[in-house]
Amino acid sequence: MTELVIIGGGPAGMSAAIAAYENGIRDILILERDERLGGILQQCIHNGFGLHRFGEELTGPEYAWRYEERVRELSIPFKLNTMVLDISEDKVITAANPTDGIFRIQAKAVILAMGCRERSRGALNISGTRPAGVYSAGTAQKLVNMKGFMPGKKVVILGSGDIGLIMARRMSLEGAEVKAVCELMPYSGGLARNIEQCLNDFNIPLLLSHTVVKIHGKKRVEGVTIAKVDDKGKPIEETRQFIECDTLLLSVGLIPENELTKSAGIDINKITNGASVTQSRETSIPGVFACGNVLHVHDLVDYVSEEAEIAGKNAALYINGELKNEVDIPIDTDGKVRYTVPQRITEKKDTKVFFRVANVYENAEIKVYSGDEVIFKTRKPKVAPGEMQCITLKEQQLENAEKLSIGLEVL
Amino acid sequence: MMYDVAIIGGGVVGGMLARTLSSYKLKICILEKENDVAMGASKANSAIVHAGFDAEPGTLKAKLNVKGSEMMERTAKELGVKYKRNGSLVVGFSDEDKKRIEELHDRGVKNGVRELSILDSEELHTLEPNISPDAICALNAPTGAIICPYELTIAAIGNAMDNGADLKVNFEVSEINKIGAEFEIISSNGDRINAEYVVNAAGINADDVAAMAGETDIKIHPRRGEYILLDKTSGGVVSHTIFRTPSTMGKGILVTPTVDGNLLLGPTAEDVEDKNDTSTTADGLSNVLTRCTETTNGINLRDTITSFCGLRAVGNTGDFIINSPQEHFINAAGIESPGLSASPAIAEYIIEMLNNQGLELVKNENYNPIRKPAHYFREASVAEKNRIIAEDRTYGRIICRCEGVSEGEIREAIRTNPPARDLDGVKRRTRAQMGRCQGGFCMPYITGILAEELGVPYESITKNGGSSKLMTGKTKEEQGI
Repeated sequence: MTELVIIGGGPAGMSAAIAAYENGIRDILILERDERLGGILQQCIHNGFGLHRFGEELTGPEYAWRYEERVRELSIPFKLNTMVLDISEDKVITAANPTDGIFRIQAKAVILAMGCRERSRGALNISGTRPAGVYSAGTAQKLVNMKGFMPGKKVVILGSGDIGLIMARRMSLEGAEVKAVCELMPYSGGLARNIEQCLNDFNIPLLLSHTVVKIHGKKRVEGVTIAKVDDKGKPIEETRQFIECDTLLLSVGLIPENELTKSAGIDINKITNGASVTQSRETSIPGVFACGNVLHVHDLVDYVSEEAEIAGKNAALYINGELKNEVDIPIDTDGKVRYTVPQRITEKKDTKVFFRVANVYENAEIKVYSGDEVIFKTRKPKVAPGEMQCITLKEQQLENAEKLSIGLEVL
Repeated sequence: MMYDVAIIGGGVVGGMLARTLSSYKLKICILEKENDVAMGASKANSAIVHAGFDAEPGTLKAKLNVKGSEMMERTAKELGVKYKRNGSLVVGFSDEDKKRIEELHDRGVKNGVRELSILDSEELHTLEPNISPDAICALNAPTGAIICPYELTIAAIGNAMDNGADLKVNFEVSEINKIGAEFEIISSNGDRINAEYVVNAAGINADDVAAMAGETDIKIHPRRGEYILLDKTSGGVVSHTIFRTPSTMGKGILVTPTVDGNLLLGPTAEDVEDKNDTSTTADGLSNVLTRCTETTNGINLRDTITSFCGLRAVGNTGDFIINSPQEHFINAAGIESPGLSASPAIAEYIIEMLNNQGLELVKNENYNPIRKPAHYFREASVAEKNRIIAEDRTYGRIICRCEGVSEGEIREAIRTNPPARDLDGVKRRTRAQMGRCQGGFCMPYITGILAEELGVPYESITKNGGSSKLMTGKTKEEQGI
């Protein structure tokens, strides 16, 4: 029996482990699939991490080191090269690594911190050939930053997610020619600062409402056909144009890695593709918590760390039999607000509610209702799907709440 | 090098033939133009072992399909290849379809297919609840089965090699000369081998190869078939292989589980000119979807893993073209569907022809028909896995998360006949990169393992041979800039 097993040693897993330790738990084990702790941050060698948490701009590995250092200081045990194969409903974890072989651990509490994966070409059904030279942006980032190899010289990027934007700059700095970034939507899903610093500063065109309709080249990519799309996202035939390139990078969305979560029978929210959680980040199985990108895709790692602390602290409470689930207040959304995390409130106390919106809205008012009564409202000059939003509901606002709903109105 | 038999083409027909020939004391060589075997229609088809009701009675297709289908279960078992007799259903929506299904039933009976029956709507929907309620009847063929076609081809060729056959990849035949009693076969790179007997199993290029030997009557035209593969989460939508009532352009678009638990949709049927054009098209893929959702409910497109396209080698006679235009030279051309199903029987049929022309068949006492199953590790018990990991730690390091493939299995695939030499080769042998992330996470690791095992630089590793290089160079830092 291990008191707390944390699956994933990225920013979420490490931060959760430290929080659990600081709340009195000593019997902790982090299981990490890669050769080192830090997760995907290790390949994010650009800066901009940690502005909120540390008030300075760190690179990904520097940000990760702040946590890894602490994990090492506290002597929190971790196993590297360890892949978790299964989590059962009663919290038995099956994992494999070269030293221990395939082994099982009974955990008292589990924190899911597996992160997310990139949506692949297949999922988009782009027609054409299947040559070398089509990579997800994160894979390209790993090749360039971790392995020291260039995946291509003339690049088109599909999707303007943050990793795609970062890679547009990275490839340019390495001497590659980034010919265009195509974005299916009429707005970018990336952070505004990344569009400025990664595209505009390098004169890389961002083609909104455009997509790649065909990939050319038998053995290696020789070009792509792109087209403008109509308001239903359908390519407009007469706008098709061929762009010569040897590489297509895809930055078309991140999917929380919840195969283990699903096999454990945990309820999954259809919008986030992550577990549905309470404000303590507890899933539908008591004692199993989730945080970071496995729960919902974050824009900033700072928020991942914050969320993981909540999960770590509450896992400690659970282990000590002190976790309170006094009420069960669901939070509904109106569609303009796509989802919230948490999805349920189980304790009437000050609660931060994170959410994302479905579209770009200017001059928007966010309202939280308890029944018909507005218990909270705030104005935002501009909200966009790429940026996570956050509001704090106060304990007294929740006093009479039984069912909450959150909505957005454009003023 | 002098061989008794040279087989041109490392597809399922060439592979099955090589394997059966390797049970005799013969020097055999398989010549494959690509960097790996199973690179043509053998890697991109419906993965079905057809029961055999479809072909016109009396044709080679009919005869060899039924026989091959009967042989397949044992062949697959010996080769350690997954095979599942899941049964086929041909679903009808109209009175016209029903008439056609009755014809198919009678035809199947004539062809010797066992256990055929016609189901009414209720029986059909009890068997497969996700079939559209509009379906009124179905032909039930319980002997229909599913198999992984490239796994079968790789295993057959690997088993032939283990029994002494040679494989030459990147050997694109460009010239065939008859010198005395021998054939001299020259590749486009100038490599040459000699053989007493030659079998042309060159798939889509079989007409070109036949022409090199002076036979110009054969014409092969490519017929494109596009497919969509869905995640294992969709694998249970149907348990049978669901055909529509066929048309003249093929057996129609089907919905089938695969032996690995995915769901496969397709193929389209479109005659094209270019023998290399395996590109998918937006129209083709949308056609696949429309047609599949007409027969079957519960298909969730969000589960799409990949789409691909294969080219059927359609001959100009309507039947398989297996002939011998000159002594010691045999064509196995126009092996379109049901070629996979028929392949073990095609091999026997060709060997009989070779024997009739004087090829001596002396049993190879050392012949071992058994190949270690490619996925033995995956299928092993935890205790057995731990025993293997204790001996070789690399089996404990999982490289491909989605499919749970270890470093040890990847290394083994590069060391086992026929060795994987590129990323796609590793994928087809181990399933690494075949899951929902399509190699996004593991590709850089597998590339490194390939480079190490093959003793070549990282940047020289290809996706599937030739100019399909994955990297274009090193970063500035690595170059010392």
